[in-house]
Amino acid sequence: MSATLAAPSIASNKSVSPTWRRFRDAFRRHPTALIGGIILICMVAIAIFAPWLGTIDPQAVSPIKRLKPPSANFWFGTDMLGRDVYSRVVYGARVSLVVGLAVALLSTFAGLAIGLVTGYVRGLDAVVMRVMDGLMSIPSVLLAIALMALTKASVGNVIAAITLAEVPRVVRLVRSLVLTLREQPYVEAAIAAGTTLPRILVRHILPNIMAPLLVQGTYVCGSAMITEAILSFIGAGTPPNIPSWGNIMAEGRSLIQIAGYLLLFPGICLSLTVLAVNLLGDGMRDALDPRLARRM
Amino acid sequence: MIAYIVRRLFSTVIVMAVVAFVVFSLLYLTPGDPAAVIAGDIATDEDIRLIHARLGLDEPFLVQFGRWLWALAHGDLGTSIFTNLPVTQLIAQRIEPTVALTVCTLVVSILVAVPLGVVAAAKAGTWLDRAVMSFSVVGFSVPVFVFAYILILTFSVQLDWLPVQGYRNFRDGAWEWLRHLILPSIALGTVYVALIARMTRASMLDVLAQDYIRTAEAKGLAPGQVLIGHALKNAAIPVMTIIGMGVALLISGAIVTETVFALPGVGRLTVDAILRRDYPVIQGVILIFSAVYVLVNLLVDLSYVLFDPRIRY
Repeated sequence: MSATLAAPSIASNKSVSPTWRRFRDAFRRHPTALIGGIILICMVAIAIFAPWLGTIDPQAVSPIKRLKPPSANFWFGTDMLGRDVYSRVVYGARVSLVVGLAVALLSTFAGLAIGLVTGYVRGLDAVVMRVMDGLMSIPSVLLAIALMALTKASVGNVIAAITLAEVPRVVRLVRSLVLTLREQPYVEAAIAAGTTLPRILVRHILPNIMAPLLVQGTYVCGSAMITEAILSFIGAGTPPNIPSWGNIMAEGRSLIQIAGYLLLFPGICLSLTVLAVNLLGDGMRDALDPRLARRM
Repeated sequence: MIAYIVRRLFSTVIVMAVVAFVVFSLLYLTPGDPAAVIAGDIATDEDIRLIHARLGLDEPFLVQFGRWLWALAHGDLGTSIFTNLPVTQLIAQRIEPTVALTVCTLVVSILVAVPLGVVAAAKAGTWLDRAVMSFSVVGFSVPVFVFAYILILTFSVQLDWLPVQGYRNFRDGAWEWLRHLILPSIALGTVYVALIARMTRASMLDVLAQDYIRTAEAKGLAPGQVLIGHALKNAAIPVMTIIGMGVALLISGAIVTETVFALPGVGRLTVDAILRRDYPVIQGVILIFSAVYVLVNLLVDLSYVLFDPRIRY
């Protein structure tokens, strides 16, 4: 999908090398991006095939099996209610990935729509950007906390809360790109030729925004996963009846001295997944924006 | 210069007004009846009506906002639903550990991150550079609380060097106070160090490619002098900007860190308020934290003059 999305931007950049070759080169130069991609594919597979990976019901309570350390029977041990931590961690992958992906898609689309319009309509720009500045002045975790305190705990509300906190950053990126692009000679030419505004936005502006937006979307995905885990960890996120890496850790919080594995396994999975997303994002940035790649 | 400061202050006031409006209107924009959510599952209709009245939800929106803003202008952040104490008092009681944690972390992080970034840029392409960059990617990816627990499991549970959690007052002895802040600061600071080091490196690389650096080297200045006196000074503005923007990470991280290490700070107050759905407290904390964030970035903007005499505004 990424290759088709980015294709037009390359064409207009006077570059002759097709996008897929850029991706291949980037992966070759940064094997870490490839590793990130592989880890991510594994995590997605784990999330999808959770019921067939030797798991039992992640909610099954069994008082006689409480707090068993990791063993051949219970790979990641059991928690204070005797639930199998391995099953809970495997199912927990679903929440993280769904939240990460949904927030990335929603905030990218919302940010794109708002950014395109505000970047092009002068009158709207001042008002919308002041609102975005205000939203960005509230640390995103705090904004999400406020929203979660006012709504019922559910995965859908978590996605909505984090999306609202992430949108302003996307809007800012899109707007700044639009402001530069609209001064380009080919846009002036299009205006002179009598092209309508929607057509200019879609045919001339949008293709050149796609590449940076894709990279930004990847980082939003990683940051959304962390925010979801933070919210669940402090009790303002995914409800306790759905295992997520954040709330598994929250439940193990008071048992740190006797059952550290309760915190370690979900923590490692979470870090590994976010790391994979970030590595992939770095690789894509290098592939799509060679100018930035040299610096960072 | 004066005109610039006035203009910048004016835009700060506007941003804060937007923040206040957003924080206030969330009560109304969220779908469903917030009073019912705050009251919880076992609340009676009477309870919900009471909370309605307490939050002033019965009156027109603008009347409520006006009254709330007026109180805010007088330093009144409202009253906690749960404890019935003024929110300002609750925050004042809890501010010390939070300030100690964030300021310690801020200072130590900058002292660690800037040299890391400078060295990475000076030795670009070597193993040292790659080590700093790898650390930075990992630092971005490991959430604060995961790293905090790894630290606790290693240094408190296994090695028993540092306390697992808790906070000591500075007045009870500086060493005990510091001992309780070491792990929280490291946990909270890692992502911040990663961010600043990465930006320092990028900014330094840009500057090191400039002609005046070659001139400085050609006239025989010591490498250290070129790096610090010429390069770092000119690379400082993006670094200052990211230090200011990163304060948002410190604030969000402080809430989590205080939860992990049981520090009785504002973050802990926030988490308790979430569990009790005590919205006035959450509202007050967000306003205070956002104001701090906006002010820090205002100071950062004004500090550009120090690094670049060409900037006269």
